[in-house]
Amino acid sequence: MAEQSEQIQQTTHRTQQTGQIMQSERIPTVVADGVDIVYRINGTGSGRGSATAALNRIMRRKQAEKAAGVRRVHAVKNVSFVAYKGEAIGLIGTNGSGKSTLLKAVAGLLPVENGHIYTHGQPSLLGVNAALMNDLTGERNVHLGGLAMGMSREQIKERYQGIVDFSGINEKGDFITLPMRTYSSGMAARLRFSIAAAKDHDVLLIDEALATGDRRFQVRSEERIRELRETAGTVFLVSHNNNSIRDTCERTLWLERGELRLDGPTEEVLKEYEAFTGDKSNKTAKKPAPKKAA
Amino acid sequence: MSQVLDTPPPIQAPADDLKALAARHGLSVSGARPSLPEYVRQLWARRHFITAFATAKLTAQYSEAKLGQVWQVMTPLLNAAVYYFIFGVLLGTKKGVPDYIPFLVTGVFVWTFTQSSIQVGTRAISGNLGLVRALHFPRAALPISFCIQQLQQLLFSMAALVVILLCFGVPVSASWLLVIPALVLQFTFNAGVAMIMARWGAKTPDIAQLMPFILRTWMYVSGVMWSIDKLTKKDHLPHVVMVLLQTNPAAVYIDLMRFALIDSFHAKQLPPHVWPIAVGWALLAGLGGFIYFWKSEETYGRG
Repeated sequence: MAEQSEQIQQTTHRTQQTGQIMQSERIPTVVADGVDIVYRINGTGSGRGSATAALNRIMRRKQAEKAAGVRRVHAVKNVSFVAYKGEAIGLIGTNGSGKSTLLKAVAGLLPVENGHIYTHGQPSLLGVNAALMNDLTGERNVHLGGLAMGMSREQIKERYQGIVDFSGINEKGDFITLPMRTYSSGMAARLRFSIAAAKDHDVLLIDEALATGDRRFQVRSEERIRELRETAGTVFLVSHNNNSIRDTCERTLWLERGELRLDGPTEEVLKEYEAFTGDKSNKTAKKPAPKKAA
Repeated sequence: MSQVLDTPPPIQAPADDLKALAARHGLSVSGARPSLPEYVRQLWARRHFITAFATAKLTAQYSEAKLGQVWQVMTPLLNAAVYYFIFGVLLGTKKGVPDYIPFLVTGVFVWTFTQSSIQVGTRAISGNLGLVRALHFPRAALPISFCIQQLQQLLFSMAALVVILLCFGVPVSASWLLVIPALVLQFTFNAGVAMIMARWGAKTPDIAQLMPFILRTWMYVSGVMWSIDKLTKKDHLPHVVMVLLQTNPAAVYIDLMRFALIDSFHAKQLPPHVWPIAVGWALLAGLGGFIYFWKSEETYGRG
């Protein structure tokens, strides 16, 4: 009963937006069920970092977390939502409201305190950064990053040219054969995104990735995300750039202080959010305000 | 913070129905530990990543140096030169061991392989949290990959060692082929211990601070610079100590390598039952370490 009404509520959101996906075809890919996430941080409290506090912590590990100076930060509080195949969902909220934490939990990289997260296949964060090495050439990093994401050697060979072309690294000369430490930060970010986006993901989680690179690359990235959504499944996008959310996602979750405040069509949620943050610019600011030259 | 009051209250969804919905569509709990056979399968699927990561780390090591990869061979050669200078020239000590310099250098190289495998193993998870928190792969790939990197390093050292052996007039013989099984066994042992240390190090990073002391003690009792055989031939040692010295895995692998490479190191200098002991340690550490590491798979990089 309640579930039906939930589904109906969800579909009404969507039919206004796309209307192309029938209710019968809606397959859930991520189900978050009353999720709580709590961080425990060592070395806080009165005896900050002192030897006695540390000893105390080791001796009385479980009995007295608080006395031993372990602080608990309740980052996500009782969040529930259902994401469906073919959806692109934006996650918005002010800094420190738990967006990235929630993404990491969906990816299975952070434990949940209460509740459950069910997923279809293995959701992956769009992030190969950690596997890449600055001292190696871009070419070797494409291979390494691809392998790290679980692609086979043949797949990488097949998509190698596509990755390089998409990144646009070679537009200004043969840079792909240079070590990555010689790249500008924008170039490196573009290559990282290109590697990460080369794999077909069941559920793709993107954390502010679109903020990198120049405008031309951002447009290309948004296109690629739309492609991924069609071929793969569900895309989650965390961004502080409301326009990028507007261009990419038709549904948006608004997290504030770890709580899910709103879940609905992007336009409605963004309107509330912009009212909340006091953003007057609204739609008129298609381009980010030009920064003063240093 | 009066603004907060203006916004609508958070949405609450009924919990039971979400669980049922997930079950109906066959969704699985995110971040659960796979079964052991499944884990082995995943690890095998990532074998190219494991070797590529090891090679990448190895090549990245000297990429800023002008001489580049030449340092892969130069570093062990210089190491050996230092030992030759101190033990061969300054102390002039042969300790009654024939071919002392090859004996010493073999011991140092083989010991370094075990020592650095354990050291990098301890930091395999705690030092790579960024990678662990960003990507999905069986975490055992990390300690294994680091051990492969150490093995590659050792192979460069072995090339230098061959040069040294020939310089000191040690003849090439068929027994050199025994290097291969000895290395396979030692690698399995190292990888196993590295996985055990990786799990400890992930939980308590402080262990990395203790390891240098433990490893140095272990080195001194493993006969890297002296001959265990000489010591155990004397009768004044209690039986327990003798057995411990002779079954010490590091000593076993070092002596096997010396036996394989140096013609004046005879079979009777080896500890008794050396091959069964070497295989036993490799199986015990390799299998035990792998299972021990897998048991805690879902906790790495969390919290």
